[in-house]
Amino acid sequence: MGFEKFGRKSFTAMTKVAKFVDLLEEGKVEGSVCKQCGAKYFPPRADCAACMSKEMDWFDMPKSGKLETFTTAYYAPFGFEKDCPYIMGVADLGGIKLFARLAGDIKPEDAKVGMDIIIRSLKYDDGQMSFEIAKA
Amino acid sequence: MAKDVAVIGVGQTSFVRGYEGSIRELAFEAFREATQDAGVTQKDIAASVFCSAPEYDKQRSPAGVLAEYLGLIPQPTFYIETVCSSSSSGLKVAYSMIKAGLHDVVAVVGFQKMSEITSAESQERMGRGADIQWEAPFGTMMPAYYALYAQAYMAKNGLTHDDLRDVRIKSGTYGQTNERAVYRKGVKEADFDPKNPDARMAGAVAWPLRVGDACANADGASCVILANAEKAKAFSKKPVWILGIGAASEAVNMAARPDFAKGLSVGYGAAAEAYKMAGITAKDVKVAEVHDCFTIAEIMAYEGLGFAPMGDGKQLIREKATYKEGRIPVNVDGGLLSKGHPIGATGGSQIRTIVLQLRDEAGPMQVPGSPEIGLVHNVGGVGLYGNVTIFGR
Repeated sequence: MGFEKFGRKSFTAMTKVAKFVDLLEEGKVEGSVCKQCGAKYFPPRADCAACMSKEMDWFDMPKSGKLETFTTAYYAPFGFEKDCPYIMGVADLGGIKLFARLAGDIKPEDAKVGMDIIIRSLKYDDGQMSFEIAKA
Repeated sequence: MAKDVAVIGVGQTSFVRGYEGSIRELAFEAFREATQDAGVTQKDIAASVFCSAPEYDKQRSPAGVLAEYLGLIPQPTFYIETVCSSSSSGLKVAYSMIKAGLHDVVAVVGFQKMSEITSAESQERMGRGADIQWEAPFGTMMPAYYALYAQAYMAKNGLTHDDLRDVRIKSGTYGQTNERAVYRKGVKEADFDPKNPDARMAGAVAWPLRVGDACANADGASCVILANAEKAKAFSKKPVWILGIGAASEAVNMAARPDFAKGLSVGYGAAAEAYKMAGITAKDVKVAEVHDCFTIAEIMAYEGLGFAPMGDGKQLIREKATYKEGRIPVNVDGGLLSKGHPIGATGGSQIRTIVLQLRDEAGPMQVPGSPEIGLVHNVGGVGLYGNVTIFGR
């Protein structure tokens, strides 16, 4: 249990990597790394697809990088309507990427492909935990 | 170029906004037309494959239910799903069963009744056709995913909003001539002009994509009947042969996608496999149906299929090369943008268009010069699944 606290609204209650949410509570955004072969993953996984090991460890994601792409949603799926408009994007943190919303203080016209960004954990008012892409 | 398996019959319902009937009745309409086209009855069909995306209607395990309604029991029946490319995947399964000698004639029926749920619910379900554990919690939806590709692609390759608009204008041109299309109106530049208060297509959905950049939800069904060489020659005067099939998959999470400015990797992968099997190149294709769920997707498809070099797809639309009279006509039935996109039925509808083209029976949509080779490009999810099928006379 515990993964229902992930994101604006979670669709998954149980996962072996639910500790990810506890780490977010500590202000950490972490991926998983295979103890056997060293393969790194984000989002984190409980199993290594490269060598089939189930011995995984956590590692701190790089804190900064560039915005590879983004979109501003002016229309939302069921359950997210109140958040509109919101920006979602992909950050390239130097070889490892991450998909998330952009911080609320970034205006749509200010977001640019290639801009410098940082990533950070985020706690919503209702207690949900997430992470976001913010201005560097 | 082996001629082992042929399409001997095709059928499609009109694609509509609110079909007044249930999914079994919808599927029956397409099936009836395909059997009449093929000149077969149920006893000639050895197996059936049903294709749709789940959760639009409440029926679980629809294959058995639909097989009964279509009069296809007690023959074996199967359910195949790769969301938007379900019926192309179903075609591959049917082809494989025939090639293996398991069955001689197989019906592939795609269906979707999207109007059972609201548009917002539909966006939520489509969003859940991606990564529900790690992405849906951010509020993702199909237009937003394709917009991620559009944003990076436009920034790198000089593709403009006017180019995207012109893709939609092309679809509108042919949607008007397709009596089965959900959107029968033409599209004008003014429809995308933000200064025009009556612009129907200018509003932002997931920027940089606008209302007019997105295909229309619809209800519809399609049916393709396949046969081995012996049965094809016995039943059909104009069999259309399956010359090549390619399929590929890609990471679901956007974090694992290689380069958004380069388009969908599954388009390249599936095309390479299909061309190799058919023993042809892009230059040999004389008419194509590509998966234009969004305008940007058509541009990316041009490149994945080798109709244009990577990053240069815009030239085809600027030169009108993909119009009916152009070098490589694409989506001259209105495409998903105007014809509509009833998820599970779409691949079969694309196949129907190409089969009619290769039989010179496409009516007002017919590409001149009796094309010998046609291609179908059908993508599932946000480039999660890619299917390319090549057909020949």
